[in-house]
Amino acid sequence: MAKKESDILLKATKICKTFGNFVANQNIDISIAKGQIHALLGENGAGKSTLVKLLYGVLQPDSGSIEINNKKISITSPDIARKNGIGMVFQHFSLFPALTVAENILIALDDQIKFNKVVDEISKLSKEWELFVDPLKLVSELSVGEKQRVEIIRCLMQNPSLLIMDEPTSVLTPQEIKNLFKILKRLASSGCSILYISHKLEEIIELADEVTILKSGKSIASINAKKTTTNFLAETMVGKKITELKKTIKSKSKNIAFEVKNLNKLKNHEFGISLKNINLQVNYGEILGVAGIAGNGQVELMEILSGEINCEDNNQIFLDKTPIGKTNINERRKLGIETIPEERAFHATVPNLTLSENTFLTYFFKYNNTKNLISNLLNNPENSLEESKKIIKNNDVRCPETNPLASQLSGGNLQKFILGRSLANNPKVAIFSQPTWGVDIGAATAIRQKLLDLSQHGKAVILISQDLEEIFELSNKICVINEGALSEIFEVRDITATDVGLLMGAKNRENQQMDPIK
Amino acid sequence: MITFIPRDRVSKNWIMIAPILSIAFTIFFGLLIFTFLGYNPLETLYQIFVSPFSRIDRISDILVKACPLIIIGTGLMLCFKSNVWNIGAEGQFIMGALLAGFIALSFPNIETKFFLLITILAGFVGGALWAFIPAILKTKLNVNEILVSLMLVYVAMLFIDFIVRGPLRDPMSFGFPLSKPYPEGALINKIPFPGIGFLGQLHYGILFVLLLTPISWFFVNKTLGGFKINVLGSAPQAAKFAGFKQNSITITVLLLSGGLAGVAGVIEVSANIGQLQPEVSFGYGFTAIIVAFLGRLNPTGILFAGIIIATVKLGADNAQMTMGIPKVVTGLFEGILLFFLLTGETLQKYKIKWSEGKK
Repeated sequence: MAKKESDILLKATKICKTFGNFVANQNIDISIAKGQIHALLGENGAGKSTLVKLLYGVLQPDSGSIEINNKKISITSPDIARKNGIGMVFQHFSLFPALTVAENILIALDDQIKFNKVVDEISKLSKEWELFVDPLKLVSELSVGEKQRVEIIRCLMQNPSLLIMDEPTSVLTPQEIKNLFKILKRLASSGCSILYISHKLEEIIELADEVTILKSGKSIASINAKKTTTNFLAETMVGKKITELKKTIKSKSKNIAFEVKNLNKLKNHEFGISLKNINLQVNYGEILGVAGIAGNGQVELMEILSGEINCEDNNQIFLDKTPIGKTNINERRKLGIETIPEERAFHATVPNLTLSENTFLTYFFKYNNTKNLISNLLNNPENSLEESKKIIKNNDVRCPETNPLASQLSGGNLQKFILGRSLANNPKVAIFSQPTWGVDIGAATAIRQKLLDLSQHGKAVILISQDLEEIFELSNKICVINEGALSEIFEVRDITATDVGLLMGAKNRENQQMDPIK
Repeated sequence: MITFIPRDRVSKNWIMIAPILSIAFTIFFGLLIFTFLGYNPLETLYQIFVSPFSRIDRISDILVKACPLIIIGTGLMLCFKSNVWNIGAEGQFIMGALLAGFIALSFPNIETKFFLLITILAGFVGGALWAFIPAILKTKLNVNEILVSLMLVYVAMLFIDFIVRGPLRDPMSFGFPLSKPYPEGALINKIPFPGIGFLGQLHYGILFVLLLTPISWFFVNKTLGGFKINVLGSAPQAAKFAGFKQNSITITVLLLSGGLAGVAGVIEVSANIGQLQPEVSFGYGFTAIIVAFLGRLNPTGILFAGIIIATVKLGADNAQMTMGIPKVVTGLFEGILLFFLLTGETLQKYKIKWSEGKK
């Protein structure tokens, strides 16, 4: 697409950035026209985040040049980026929960402005752009969508000519996403360019004018988003045909495998989530998908289901109709319940330990022998060398050396290892939280296939995920977690993504109760 | 701006070369500083580095001085590895010595050396009990262990001062704040070498170090307990996921490190002093923190670190006695040594990159 010089707002040429021996960006070219919505597409690890951090001055490029309005500049800090009209909304919000919206915006402003003026300004902008937030509300009381609006308003206060949005929809409900797109389109038509980072293809086609695709740190294509298809984008991004999941229909059993009854749990720190009267059950041979936006109690629910924290009452969790609420995580492992927390490094594994030591982490009790105290004393990670080799081999975990540190593996490979470690215990019930979050498409497909296989072998699976597509692709039954409360459980054929979206975003579920679709 | 980039692999050669280079740099800067201050630089270096090794009895003094440092440092290693910050080993050292002293003085006529097992055990219990206070406050009430353990040092100092001036003062001490001498059974003797006699102050307490270092190495590297400590220190969430009980690990490492500091206190008093006095420690508990870190929190490293620190401390004493160089100057020298040792350690793991950049 030929563009006139005068139309181009930002032009970056031959941008390179390396971290140690890792090449994050290699000769990347990108040019963004005025008032254009420009999407940046790529898998995790393709270099999207690095590139925008370079444009926003958080990182410095090793080489290459950046021009704004045909003038070459060097963006050495976010401060300079803002002075040149670049604003950015990060994927992880940088707001202080204990301060109000206006206070949060005030401290981020470079110029000194009176508090009252900031409040007025926020009200004005939020009306003008339909970004409704109360400037005097505490950030900790806001929903994720509202927090994002605060971040956008913060950028708009500076009258940006380019707004960078890093994966803004990963935390939003379908309804909120629609709203956001409306705002972004209005912003663009008013002349503000938008650089939109995402790995979701439908979104890009719906929203963007032009899309630049990154792969392994290189920009491999810049195409007109209005004249392409999701399939073409996917194959360009991944570089190969995407394998379809094999789903065989099999009759499900009617036996309840795992059940939670009337589970309540008060939050254990100020910004945690209390669990409110959780009830769920999953049968053998079934996948129960738990949808929900991150931060609605998934972490707290996982702690209790895994046994990291015990229930107050033994009769709140049942396995095969036997109460197990007061058993700890290792006793549950012995009973055949395997769990995977959403945080891969530092929770499911220890990054600075080797894979065999990380195998020992959840296997150590297997080598304990109640009769032989000496061998218990000598129980050490060398005992799990063989098991870890098997896990690596059976799950196609690609390692740089025979027994690498967990931190040496890519996210996808580490997740394959973690999943393999759980599956090697041959669980009856598997409870996995965000198993494909931040994982490349190849590994994600492999992981999803394993979950399907598990259920088809008659095991019970609970899948907690914020990826709605994944939930619908894999689950037999679906429920939604919102503000620590669980919706009722629906058969997958009885519910649509829009319904789930409504449940995900319901501020107060009692008022917005939804009739199950029959 | 300087950025540190992790190296992919730590070169085996540099593990050997780095400490040598560090010491060479220390000597060079030491020479410069002593010259500027008007001392004979070579003479000073000789006093600090060489004179502690110049006679066999002086070498044994190094070992005697390193002994409590290594014992305490090994205990602290367990705490620091599990992210528990016990800063109060000095107080635990004193309370161990005090409880053992109380028991020793309760049996004024005991002669059998088996009694030492009891006093050492008492020392362990005394130190462990003193460390139990921060342990229980941290695990039950979430009180910061750094503050509690540190402040208890001063409580312990004042307490032993009160005891030797009051209840345990020897009526025959002519008013000096001293207890009665320990009975024979509570004293640790010097080691006689056939044909040579005693080597300085070298005593049987050193055997405890020779046992402790391999045992603690084994514990850290080859047992489930050592693994738990390692996991808790690197990733507390992962420790929960493995079902390790964080509180019981925290309490255990505090009891062990307090106990070991207490044992160091017993050995120091029983071998070198022979009675209780207001001051029994001379800062061993604080110096051992440096020893633990200089030894990179591993038992063999701590063994060598203890010896290095003991050497420099003794050398500083020599320089003060023979040349009148004030302790602060030699303290500066110790600082330079630590600086270069740690720099060498860091540069083995990281490359430095200078990048232009304003601001």
